[in-house]
Amino acid sequence: MSWPALYAQLVGANRHSTSLGKVWLSVLFIFRVMVLVVAAESVWGDEQSDFTCNTLQPGCENVCYDQFFPVSHIRLWCLQLVFVSTPTLLVAMYVGYRNHRDKQRLVQGSGKSGFLSNKSQEEELETLKKRRLPIAGALWWTYACSLVFRLLFEGGFMYALYVVYDGFQMPRLVQCDQWPCPNLVDCFISRPTEKTIFTVFMATASSICMVLNMAELAYLVAKAVTRGVSGQKERKSSSKSSRERTQTKTNHKLLVST
Amino acid sequence: MLAHDLKTSYLTKRNQHRLLSLEAPPARFQHRGALVCITWASAAAEMNWSGLESLLSGVNKYSTAFGRIWLSMVFVFRVLVFVVAAQRVWGDESKDFVCNTRQPGCTNVCYDHIFPISHIRLWALQLIFVTCPSLMVMAHVKFREGKDKKYVELHHGSHLYANPGKKRGGLWWTYLLSLVFKAGFDTSFLYILYRIYHGYDLPRLSKCSLDPCPNTVDCFISRPTEKKIFMLFMVISSALCIFMCICEMIYLIGKRISKLFRVQHENQRLIFAEQHELTNIAPPRSQYRRTDPTLGSQLSLNRSEKVREGAATTTL
Repeated sequence: MSWPALYAQLVGANRHSTSLGKVWLSVLFIFRVMVLVVAAESVWGDEQSDFTCNTLQPGCENVCYDQFFPVSHIRLWCLQLVFVSTPTLLVAMYVGYRNHRDKQRLVQGSGKSGFLSNKSQEEELETLKKRRLPIAGALWWTYACSLVFRLLFEGGFMYALYVVYDGFQMPRLVQCDQWPCPNLVDCFISRPTEKTIFTVFMATASSICMVLNMAELAYLVAKAVTRGVSGQKERKSSSKSSRERTQTKTNHKLLVST
Repeated sequence: MLAHDLKTSYLTKRNQHRLLSLEAPPARFQHRGALVCITWASAAAEMNWSGLESLLSGVNKYSTAFGRIWLSMVFVFRVLVFVVAAQRVWGDESKDFVCNTRQPGCTNVCYDHIFPISHIRLWALQLIFVTCPSLMVMAHVKFREGKDKKYVELHHGSHLYANPGKKRGGLWWTYLLSLVFKAGFDTSFLYILYRIYHGYDLPRLSKCSLDPCPNTVDCFISRPTEKKIFMLFMVISSALCIFMCICEMIYLIGKRISKLFRVQHENQRLIFAEQHELTNIAPPRSQYRRTDPTLGSQLSLNRSEKVREGAATTTL
C-alpha cells in the first residue's frame, strides 16, 4: 500500500481546504495511517498462523478461520482510508481544471492583445499556480460534496466492521461447527485483547474524523449563508444608491429646464 | 536489513545534527522531507520514524533550549533505540512463547492474558502521542503567519507580528499547554505500563490456569532479561523526558514572572522620578501638556499607560 503517493496527493489538495480540513488531514495521517502501519499490521500479522482449533481434522482450521474472518480488519481499514481520502482528490481535480481554464484564458488574452512579454506571462502563470482559490461558488459545492462523501464512507465502513465482527470486541474463543469439523470445535484467536484495543482506537479515530467533517460542513454552510446575507445587503444598498443617482439626475434636469 | 539500518542511522544522525544546531530548516521542508522519508520507509516495507522526525525538526525553531534537548532526547534515546533494538528483541515474542501443555488454544489464551498489549505497540503509541503536541505549536505559528500575511496585504507593508515565532500572548499559552500535554501523555503511558505489567516486571516463568488449559500450566517468555533491560531503559528515558518538560514549564513561568517584576519595578522608578521631578530620569515636560503647573500630574498611574509612556526606557 503506497501511503506516500496518497500523502503527496492529499497535501497538494490541502492548500485549498479550511483549517478544519488541515486538522483532519493531520489526524488522518498521524493517528490512523501511522498507527495502522506501525502497530496494527504487526498485531494482525500472525492472525492466521496462530489461529488454533482444538482438533486434528485437516481443513477444519481453514474453514473456521474463513467463517470468522471474512475480511481482515487491516484490509477493511486500508480500504476505509483509501475511500475516505478519495473525495479530496475530487477537490484537487476541480482546482486543476480551474487553473487549466484560467491558464487558457490568460494565453488567449495575451494572444489577442498582441505582444505580452514572456516574462510577465510566466509570472502571471506562476501566480495562477500558487494562488489559493476562495471557497465560493462551484468550488464550494465540490468541497461540500466531498465532505458528504467522506462522512458516508466513514460511517459505512464503521458500520460494516461492526456488523461483520458483531461489535468492536474480539472474543478469545469461538465455536465452529462447519463441515469438515467434527461436531462443535473450540477455536482460539491470537492476541484478542490487543486486537480489541486497536479496533477501539481506530473506531475512536474514525469518529473524531467524522466529527471534524461535520463541523467543517457546518462551518461551510454558515459561511455561505453569511456571504449570501451580506451580498443581499450590498445589492440593496447599491440599488438604493443607483436609485438616488437617477433621482438626482432627474432633479438636476428639472432644475436646468426651469 | 543491515543496509536499511545503516541508512536509518545515517539519516537520523543528519537530522540529529540539524536538531542540535540552531539553524532554521528551509521553508516547506517538513512536507518534502516527510514525503521523501515516508517513500523510503514504505519501500523498505517497514515504518520508519524519519517522517515524523523531519516534521518535528521544523518545531525546533520555536522551542526553548530545553525543548531542543527534549526533542533530541526523544529521537536519539527513544525512537532510535525503539527502531533499531527494541523491535528486534520483541520480534519473536509470540512464536517463542511456550507453555508446558499440548492442549490446543492454551498457549494463545495464556499469551493473551500475560500480554494484553505488547510493549512495542504501547511504546509506538506513546511516541506518537508525545510528539504530537509540538505540532500544535507549529499550527499556531502557521496561523499567525497567515494572519500577518493578510494584514500586510490590507495595510500595505506594516506587519501585525514583528516575529510570529516569538512566544508572546496566545503562543506562550499554546506552548505551555503543549508541554502539559507532553508530560501528561508520558506519565499516563508510564502508569498504564506499570499497571499492565505489575511494576515493570517481566518474569521468566508465569503460571496460567485459564480455560482451556488443564489445571495450572507453566508458560515461558522469550528473552526476559533482554526485554527487562530495554523496558527499564525506555522507562528511564521517559522519566527524564517528563523531568525536562517540567523544567521547561518552570523556566517559562519563571521567566514570565521575572519579566512582570521587572516591568513593575521600572514603573515604580518612573512614578518616583515624576513625583520628585528628577529631570534626567523623568520624561520631558513637553509630553505632559499641563496648562496649570499647580495641577497634580495628569498622567494616570494605570500600569498600561505607564508602560506606553516609558517605552523608551522599558523593554517589553
